[in-house]
Amino acid sequence: MDVQLLIDIFPQVLLDGIILGFMYALIALGYTMVYGVLEFINFAHSEIFIVGAFVGVEILLTLRSAGLFDGVPWPLLLLLILVGGMAASGALAVAVERIAYRPLRTAPRLIPLISAIGVSFFLQDLIRLVESIWRNEFNLVYPTMDVLNHRFELTETIDISVKSIVVIAAALLMLWILHLLVNRTTIGTAIRAVAEDQAAASLMGINVNRIISLTFLIGGAMGGAAGVLFGVQYGLINPYSGFIPGLKAFTAAVLGGIGNIPGAMVGGIVLGLLEAFAASYLSLLTGGAFGAEYKDIFAFSVLILILIFRPKGLLGEVVRERA
Amino acid sequence: MSRYPVRLILVLLAALAIVALPAASSLEAQGKGTIKIATQSPLSGGQAALGEGIKLGAQLAIEKFKGNLEKMGYKVELVPFDDQAKPDVGVANAKNIIADKDILVVVGHLNSGVAIPSSEVYREVNLAMVSPANTNPTVTDRGYKNVFRVCGRDDVQGVVGAEFAAGTMKAKSAYVIHDKTTYGQGVAEFFKADAEKKGIKILGFEGTEEKSNFDPIITPIRAKNPDLIYFGGIYEQAGPFFKQAREKGVKSKFLGPDGMDSSDLTKIAGKHVVGMYYTSVAGPVSVYPQAKTFAEQYKKKFGKNPEPFAAQAYDSAAIGIKALEAAAKGGKAPTRDAVTAAVRDVRYTGITGTIEFDAKGDPKKALYFVLRVASDNPEKWGDNKEVKRLTIAAPAAKK
Repeated sequence: MDVQLLIDIFPQVLLDGIILGFMYALIALGYTMVYGVLEFINFAHSEIFIVGAFVGVEILLTLRSAGLFDGVPWPLLLLLILVGGMAASGALAVAVERIAYRPLRTAPRLIPLISAIGVSFFLQDLIRLVESIWRNEFNLVYPTMDVLNHRFELTETIDISVKSIVVIAAALLMLWILHLLVNRTTIGTAIRAVAEDQAAASLMGINVNRIISLTFLIGGAMGGAAGVLFGVQYGLINPYSGFIPGLKAFTAAVLGGIGNIPGAMVGGIVLGLLEAFAASYLSLLTGGAFGAEYKDIFAFSVLILILIFRPKGLLGEVVRERA
Repeated sequence: MSRYPVRLILVLLAALAIVALPAASSLEAQGKGTIKIATQSPLSGGQAALGEGIKLGAQLAIEKFKGNLEKMGYKVELVPFDDQAKPDVGVANAKNIIADKDILVVVGHLNSGVAIPSSEVYREVNLAMVSPANTNPTVTDRGYKNVFRVCGRDDVQGVVGAEFAAGTMKAKSAYVIHDKTTYGQGVAEFFKADAEKKGIKILGFEGTEEKSNFDPIITPIRAKNPDLIYFGGIYEQAGPFFKQAREKGVKSKFLGPDGMDSSDLTKIAGKHVVGMYYTSVAGPVSVYPQAKTFAEQYKKKFGKNPEPFAAQAYDSAAIGIKALEAAAKGGKAPTRDAVTAAVRDVRYTGITGTIEFDAKGDPKKALYFVLRVASDNPEKWGDNKEVKRLTIAAPAAKK
């Protein structure tokens, strides 16, 4: 075993894990916020996330074919695709709630879950259909913005690209705004009130349906932002790209304590780090016996262990009994 | 009320379709009947570019060569199936194929991992499968009478890659990545074994199904800094990997097998793969003198350049038709058994050379190429330079 190598790559792996973790955290927020108010898992969130990535790439490709791609400064481009992706995903999440979940609000809890899985499949193939008619492509490539690929060498073995900084900065900024929104505004108070007790909130004059739509809007928009960042960071998306990250983000939400907003962030980062370290170190530590393909097994084993000792997740609180 | 007429029209249309379809086909079925040639390749999903090339290549061959069979009174049809590059879908399609008695030849698949289980199904009824692209040795090493391929094999292709890495690229160390499929892992293992024999140090051998985030795999590679990275897999996964590796500052040279051979590789990875090498069992159309008119016709008819394996699919379908003609001689209707037996005896000079099958269904002599990516423009994929060409006989089956 080459100990020097293990030490040399450590900071880089840490950085890779943090970037991946922030991405998971942004997606996990959508799961956890919806669970917080409805105690229901929105499995269509992984597609809401990837729709953001598709809207982002479509904006870039349209600008490029219009010849505007090189003229517009890159921060403006990024802002444009982030806002576009967030708007589209947020609107989609609200529409999905209105069409597929609200009519089932009073049904037993498994029913909306099945509906969510159905919406997930439907959206996957809808994206595929639209993209094959519109562009006749399955894989869509994010146009490269050269500035974003510029790398800063921090030391000889660790460097960071502009786009990684952008991902981290954007994620931190959005998490901070969300924190302010939920904890410092009247809307946030209303969301927390609905999460605590819908009936009582409604008696206090809160329009519960509007607050639930708003929750989907915020969760969807976060997912859309994550989608755009995912596309910018990894460069290639297809209609099924959302599924695995969505599953991982759901895991992150559970790991952090589902229904708990800071928990989703912590869970996302922990899962991202676990995955990055497993993928980079497993084969080095075991002399090739376990390769990077075991990263998920490793990450999920840790998840199981954590949930055995902390069933409510890392930051989870006792789930309220419903009256 | 306003919806009512729409619904009525839909019902009427459906009824019309049900009545009209059998009527139309019974009109066409005059003569001795219909012979169908099926293609199985991914027509949707990330590998659709190659899969569609296989379908269109076969279609072109059928249109060109069906004349003789039509003179004998048969109607010749192409039935394309979409195997989605998934073994389960391929097998399900295969079951539908053997249920259709008119299908006498299958041209397919793209992926060895799909071809192997699907050909087990064809074997039940001794239906001939002529493969344009499956390179895994197992495809023919099982010794099935009904399985043929017009291309080379991975146990040779891996060695060709290793020889090129050691000889021309002068690599001293290599890192091998594969996609854990029958094809990708298979060719990667053949590469690794022979590279070690030739004194190349293998710094890592890693399988991954990851499609987007390669960061954690790239970090150790960058630290180990190998001369060469070999990717045993297909372009839709290798493209993002190569792109992310270069963007992360990996300086190693890239090498891959024929799974790299698609214009989509440059569409995905752009300038980052220019200058990389790949081995192939299917040379670009430009290396086959006879293929020039094929490429022109293809472009004229379908509006795009033929993808790799389209020419091989064209030859596969042509071999199928030759066998059908032989089986239909003397006026009796061709059976699956007769067609399968006839394929073995076909000696056919097509656009990718002269093809004769040995006892296992491998071509007696197969061509292997090493190619270099010439341009980051996907339109110019066909201009990739041939660096090396070898003619190698298929190895005998190992028990």
